[in-house]
Amino acid sequence: MTTKFTPDHEYIRVEGSTGIVGITPYAQEALGDIVFVELPAIGKVLKKGEEAAVVESVKAASEIYAPVSGTVTEVNEELTGNPGLINADPEATGWIYKIAIADAGEIDGLLDSDAYAELTL
Amino acid sequence: MAETSPQDLKTTPLYQRHLDASGRMVPFGGYSLPVQYPSGIMTEHKWTREHAGLFDVSHMGPSFLELTNPSGDAEADHAAISAIIEPLICGDIAGLKPGQIRYTLLLNNTGGAIDDLMVARSRTAGTLYIVVNAGTKDGDFARIEAAAGDRARLIRADGDNALLALQGPEAVVVMTTIAPGAEDLGFMQYAVFDFAGQQITVARSGYTGEDGFEILVPNVIASQFWDALLADERVKPIGLGARDSLRLEAGLPLYGHDLDESVSPIEAGLGFAVSKRRREAADFPGAARILQEVVEHAARVRVGLIVDGAPAREGAEILDASGTSIGVVTSGGFAPSLGKAIALGFVPPAHAEVGSQLQVSVRGRPQPAEVVPTPFVPHRYFRKPKAS
Repeated sequence: MTTKFTPDHEYIRVEGSTGIVGITPYAQEALGDIVFVELPAIGKVLKKGEEAAVVESVKAASEIYAPVSGTVTEVNEELTGNPGLINADPEATGWIYKIAIADAGEIDGLLDSDAYAELTL
Repeated sequence: MAETSPQDLKTTPLYQRHLDASGRMVPFGGYSLPVQYPSGIMTEHKWTREHAGLFDVSHMGPSFLELTNPSGDAEADHAAISAIIEPLICGDIAGLKPGQIRYTLLLNNTGGAIDDLMVARSRTAGTLYIVVNAGTKDGDFARIEAAAGDRARLIRADGDNALLALQGPEAVVVMTTIAPGAEDLGFMQYAVFDFAGQQITVARSGYTGEDGFEILVPNVIASQFWDALLADERVKPIGLGARDSLRLEAGLPLYGHDLDESVSPIEAGLGFAVSKRRREAADFPGAARILQEVVEHAARVRVGLIVDGAPAREGAEILDASGTSIGVVTSGGFAPSLGKAIALGFVPPAHAEVGSQLQVSVRGRPQPAEVVPTPFVPHRYFRKPKAS
């Protein structure tokens, strides 16, 4: 199991051929109180970099992009009633969606935790 | 997500206080101001509704308009100073009592809003206390100065003073500890008090829908005054993010968003700001249009919407039940007090009735929206019982 990051502050935790996608603690902190999450449709085919979800704070909407290409297999329905889970626990219960990874090679092009940490210093 | 503070941004006398409190500084109206503190917009918003929130609004435009040659006769001097400002606005200033504040609009010749502002009659004869919006202040002041000519001088108070707002149900008890007697002010009244050897101008007004005060404080004591308020555990500093969500819940229009030079007071639902005496005299800019709209209804009117689903932000299209575009959202977001998305926008009068089932287009998808009365959260201004 490995976790990779995008410069746009999404993480993807890779478990076999599935990726669990959310936003980083840094991103939730920057966005502030999250009040609404627009989840992707299950079965939606996403290209790397495409808009996958939208996270809204009191002030603004922020697009969440797909870190890799693939098909959405599951979404975190808990966020519909409790979007604040992203603030409280972004890397565990605040995950957003799961994706069946189409091209494992795309994972290698993402940032590792050290490189991401450097970006958010 | 970079947070830059370009050097051309102005700072307020409280800049260091915001940094010390870990405020997240953003450019706003040409100033570097805190959008929030670490507790976040939601917590700050709710704190203000339950206790007292302290805001730095020093970016706004406070000023005094003074007769150049006052006669010393209070009523004659008030009439003279009112005669200078009234041709620019729709409010009855001549009819104000000393210390009374009026919300009014600066209008262009077609009845559009150049700005919304507060005009107050000073207890000093021949002087008005005027507060305008940050984004329009230079133009507003130039307009007022041009109208005054050599009859009056406009003294800007935005450089030498901080402007603070203390808002919320506990604001009055806190303010009274600092300025004894402030509790005697009714909503939309102001008076001058002493603090630390200086004069502070305390107005019982605000833009959150709560009881509260807006206080003009000389720079030399601004930090001391800020600290004195925050020494009370009922007071917390609140950023501009919550200021916006509070005023949106209060259903109050924001200049540059819900109001601009195309929007008349009647369209904006601000008919109350067109004073009776001025209507009868029809002597304000754009009177022909505005008075016609009173009788025949405006082409569009401002409504409040409760939105089902994602917040509809400024610029989102408003659709009728069949999906035809009928208007646009001018302010929108999430209402922390209600736990729902709310919006202000303009629609034709036929769709403006409370209960009308409309839609808003968010990211290209229609969502249900219902026209509701504003304010979304009831106002809690302090109104003194009328003296019999």
